[in-house]
Amino acid sequence: MASVSLQSVSKNFGTHAVIHAVDLQIEDGEFVVFVGPSGCGKSTLLRIVAGLVAPSNGVVAIGGEDVTEVPASRRGVAFVFQSYALYPHMSVARNIGFALETLGLAKDVVNQKVLAVARMLKVDHLMDRRPRELSGGQRQRVAIGRALVRQPEIFLFDEPLSNLDSDLRMEMRLEIARLHKDVKTTMIYVTHDQSEAMTLADRIVVLNQGRIEQVGTPRELYHAPDNRFVAGFIGSPRMNFMSVSSHMAADGPQIAGAGHLILALDASADETPVAEIGIRPENLRLVDQEEGRIRCILERVEDLGHEHFGYCRISDDTVWVIRLPQAPLPDRIGKPAGLDFPASAVFAFAADGRRILSAGLKDQAGEASLP
Amino acid sequence: MYRTKRRIVRGLQIFALLLVLVYTLFPYYWAFVSSTKQGAALYRSALLPALDFTYYRQLIDNPIFMGSLVNSAYVAVSTTFLSLVIGVSAAYALGRIDFPQRRAMLMIVLMISIFPQVVVLSGLFELINWMGLFNRPSALILTYLLSTVPFTTWILTTFIREFPRELEEAAIIDGCSHFRILTRILLPLMGPSLASTGILAFILAWNEFLFALTFTLTDENRTVPVAIGLIAGTSRFEYPFGQIMAASVTVTLPLIAVVLVFQRRIVAGLTAGAVKG
Ligand SMILES: Nc1ncnc2c1ncn2[C@@H]1O[C@H](COP(=O)(O)OP(=O)(O)O)[C@@H](O)[C@H]1O
Ligand SMILES: [Mg+2]
Repeated sequence: MASVSLQSVSKNFGTHAVIHAVDLQIEDGEFVVFVGPSGCGKSTLLRIVAGLVAPSNGVVAIGGEDVTEVPASRRGVAFVFQSYALYPHMSVARNIGFALETLGLAKDVVNQKVLAVARMLKVDHLMDRRPRELSGGQRQRVAIGRALVRQPEIFLFDEPLSNLDSDLRMEMRLEIARLHKDVKTTMIYVTHDQSEAMTLADRIVVLNQGRIEQVGTPRELYHAPDNRFVAGFIGSPRMNFMSVSSHMAADGPQIAGAGHLILALDASADETPVAEIGIRPENLRLVDQEEGRIRCILERVEDLGHEHFGYCRISDDTVWVIRLPQAPLPDRIGKPAGLDFPASAVFAFAADGRRILSAGLKDQAGEASLP
Repeated sequence: MYRTKRRIVRGLQIFALLLVLVYTLFPYYWAFVSSTKQGAALYRSALLPALDFTYYRQLIDNPIFMGSLVNSAYVAVSTTFLSLVIGVSAAYALGRIDFPQRRAMLMIVLMISIFPQVVVLSGLFELINWMGLFNRPSALILTYLLSTVPFTTWILTTFIREFPRELEEAAIIDGCSHFRILTRILLPLMGPSLASTGILAFILAWNEFLFALTFTLTDENRTVPVAIGLIAGTSRFEYPFGQIMAASVTVTLPLIAVVLVFQRRIVAGLTAGAVKG
């Protein structure tokens, strides 16, 4: 077990800068998830921790020791690859035991450890098979077993579940969570799927274009995102956004947007103008047109049985998703409707994407509302 | 309607296949038929073999021919082995290590292989003489490498380029040195490519005629293609057609054996499994 610390780590491939001066501190035993859109540099950052990619600048420390120049095999890390990268010409048992074999451990010691790990992961009946004779889930388990058998200081996972179908993904997600509970080793897990991040992580690191947008617990990121990117990335379905303009009305400052939206600001308003607002689908309520704060047309309803989503067209280029408590009557579809929401559910963003904490909306969502 | 059409198409496919088979196999068959006929029977175009193996017995009793078989085997096996060793090393560098001149290197390697043999013949002759290798089978190995190394390097470079990087990285994480990665991961998985390039190199070295004729002088140093070319009849006026045919059939057998042995490796290797499913 060990802590990990990155100090202004950056990486360029040729002239192409992929990671920009990332600082990050990961505590011993923590489960940290790197999440971000495809191509944002998650894998590269993980490979830098592993030692498979050398950083162009900065320091990587594991367990308080500078390991920037230490080769991957001496860092005490185990890596589970997206493609699993099992050795196709070796049996399951040899795949799991190969690292120990390379260390030069005695055959019976290796066999014993391999068997223990295989039992734990329920692949002990497959020991003589080749990887190609395994199902996706079994390969996944073998790949985890290969990492586990070395009792590493740190586990690194690079999108380990993205090649599985959704049922299996849920199951393996639970198992990885259980694994972390059992071995209590530091884990860094990369995914582009925010729901995986939310369910697994102690702390989430949101990456975008090689920069850290925010680091925090799942709750913090959901309830108190620092900026528009995090607000839009965390949560499913994603937050609804609308561009707004601020102006001075007779009874004080207000912001206005599509669908006849008007929100009054009080005098305490920050001088940064609000350029955009965001509301999560679960905070919207479908009401009659006159009662709503926003006017829209209910275009479409998705009935998933346990959940119902409505798609409300507010203007030509704005459609908001709303989570409905039950499927609405069919005759409401295609008709005008209204959207209502508590002012506390509104997130306000400046033109540069930063979140404005004191936009002056009465009873605005903020740090204080974190349960 | 569709059924008839399908049958016609199927029939045409089989016909085309037979045509190709006959076209490629008939010369060998004809050589075999001719090699079992004696004297005047040779000049009758009967399609059935006479099954008279006199010429084969004569060949086995001919020390020069048997010697040339040994020479050929030595030259072909050594050439194959050396080109694979050189090819794998070069391909690893060209496929894995990024350096600016890589493209240029690959082009140069390809260029080497497009010169006609005749062009380099006299230069090589000087070189071989200078190295004191004239009239030695080793001279042939050296010169054949000139033709085999470029294409082995090319084929193996392609393979190494497509080899999943994550497998190598997994091995690195598992604590493997470069040497262990090469011997435990890369080489076992390269089986099919090694086999197919190896076969090509072997065939080339086994069949080569021009260099072999030029760089060897005495009978005991000849390789099989030259030895066959120089088989003489009992008198100046007799063309030893039957003997030549018997020799041709004999030298083809090792090639067939090699291909069959390695083909099993190729098939086994190809099915050895992808990295992901
Ligand atoms: N070896 C490499 N050479 C050049 N560019 C690379 C290399 N590896 C990654 N990149 C680039 O770095 C960026 C981030 O890649 P990656 O870390 O794999 O993203 P992610 O895992 O978040 O999808 C991409 O634009 C990718 O093209
Ligand atoms: Mg990735």
